[in-house]
Amino acid sequence: MIAKLYRWVDDRLPVSHFWNAHLAQYYVPKNFNLWYFFGSLALLVFAVQILSGIWLTMNYKPSATEAFASVEYIMRDVEWGWLIRYMHSTGASMFFVVVYLHMLRGMMYGSYKNPRELVWIFGMLIYLVLMAEAFMGYLLPWGQMSYWGAQVIISLFGSIPFIGEELALWIRGDYVVSDVTLNRFFALHVIALPLVLIFLVGGHIMALHEVGSNNPEGVDIKKHKDAEGRPLDGVPFHPYYTVKDLFGVGVFLFVFALILFYLPEMGGYFLEKPNFEPANPMKTPEHIAPVWYFTPFYAILRAVPDKFLGVVAMGGAIFVLFLLPWLDRNPVRSIRYRSTAFKALLAMFVVSFVVLGWLGTQPATGLLTLLAQFFTLLYFGYFAALWYVSGREKTKPVPERITR
Amino acid sequence: MPDNGVNTSRRRFLTGAATVIGGVGAGFVAVPFLSSFQPSARAQAAGAPVEVDVSKLAPGQMVTVEWRGKPVYVVHRTPAMLESLPGQDGHLRDPQSKESIQPEDARNEARAVKPEYLIVVGICTHLGCAPTYRPDVAPADLGAEWKGGFFCPCHGSRFDMAGRVYKSVPAPTNLEVPPYTYLSDTVVLIGAEEGAAS
Repeated sequence: MIAKLYRWVDDRLPVSHFWNAHLAQYYVPKNFNLWYFFGSLALLVFAVQILSGIWLTMNYKPSATEAFASVEYIMRDVEWGWLIRYMHSTGASMFFVVVYLHMLRGMMYGSYKNPRELVWIFGMLIYLVLMAEAFMGYLLPWGQMSYWGAQVIISLFGSIPFIGEELALWIRGDYVVSDVTLNRFFALHVIALPLVLIFLVGGHIMALHEVGSNNPEGVDIKKHKDAEGRPLDGVPFHPYYTVKDLFGVGVFLFVFALILFYLPEMGGYFLEKPNFEPANPMKTPEHIAPVWYFTPFYAILRAVPDKFLGVVAMGGAIFVLFLLPWLDRNPVRSIRYRSTAFKALLAMFVVSFVVLGWLGTQPATGLLTLLAQFFTLLYFGYFAALWYVSGREKTKPVPERITR
Repeated sequence: MPDNGVNTSRRRFLTGAATVIGGVGAGFVAVPFLSSFQPSARAQAAGAPVEVDVSKLAPGQMVTVEWRGKPVYVVHRTPAMLESLPGQDGHLRDPQSKESIQPEDARNEARAVKPEYLIVVGICTHLGCAPTYRPDVAPADLGAEWKGGFFCPCHGSRFDMAGRVYKSVPAPTNLEVPPYTYLSDTVVLIGAEEGAAS
């Protein structure tokens, strides 16, 4: 009966075709390691955010007079409201944890290189929209940090010559961040940007499945196939990687639950302390800092002592990542077969990103500003040096097949 | 494929023309959607001037009043504060307020109609935070050179007791002075141009 129904549906909808093309007969390199968990985990967190987000909108009021109180209402009075809200706020930070690790994986194993440039571009677009989504979501609780964070970020657009002020006014819809801004950010946060994200994630996965996954060896598994055209060093995604990823999901949810129940504010990094005070347009908090996942770029912004150039540097720090497939001129993908110079450069990049992230949480005082300037140079230095080094690098021979 | 008498160049022209017309139509439809992001008539109207009685301010004291949703700082400057203003020009980015926004009658060293009372919009010209009023001279955190003024906690911009910005900080211009007019010796109407007070 069930089998008959399935046949009936499958004759009218490409169910089995889809299942085979993307899971049961989609061949993936057999040597994925720990770094390859974060793609599927990003998908999981996205699902968590959509589910918890929908439930939050059921009690949240997107108005300047009611927003803060409605969040407190969710936290105190709504049955299990606290859990759903902490899921959403923890999910936001964990989304970035997972995405940053996922991106670092791509940089280590050269996953952005030919033929996967478009996979990388789609990924960067997802990252960009994710930042907008997180920024707009952070305004919604209408706390002090929500308000002044939004004020600063929108003012960034005001520094663009000629059209800047008009543009900032257009984004706010008012002369200051106000009820109007809150209402429209709500609309963009819950409808527009999630839709865009779904399409981009679809593009990311479709582009990936067209060319196939890279792997820690950087070996092309499609070069060696058996008589039926199946890659010799590949295994079908289902059941091999569905089971492996499920194990990753288990470990991840363990960590997620630990944060959710014991450290939902993460010492002021996931939920900042000034945000427990309602927004006051008359008074900026003594020390404002964005949420941790924006702090590296915020530190770069502050490092430049010129308004417009600071914004250019911050935008450039994100934009330059788009160019990575073309800045890295070496065809060898995996870090395992690249020069010591490349390994040192990548380590320098990771260190400067982390240090900038820490500096972005600190006040901008003399020595710290100097440090931020130094590490901003290192951050950009990575891309310049990568272009130079990758053009004349001595690499180790890449094996034909996956042997380890 | 034989063209069977099909005029392909005419087809291409018609496809192109239909695309262009459709594109123009889509452009027109986009206008209302993009324009709806502009400040509404209500947001534009909510800009009424506010009255402040400055006689209640003790020397050195600052109050914040709200005008068009923005904080406006009113400071009763002491003679010592006014004396700190000259002689700073070398450290200031725009000591004559040439690049900054203020009404004509406040384009002077004190940046005020009456030097005792400083009235500025409390929004940093960098990225819009509200600078902190720091009248204390040479406090530990701001350094021995500090002569009193405004310090922005967000990105470290510094302004003197006339809201003039110091060099090598991110803020590009002096704090904005809103239009204001004295209705009497002690009552100021903030947000109204001279003569337009009503």
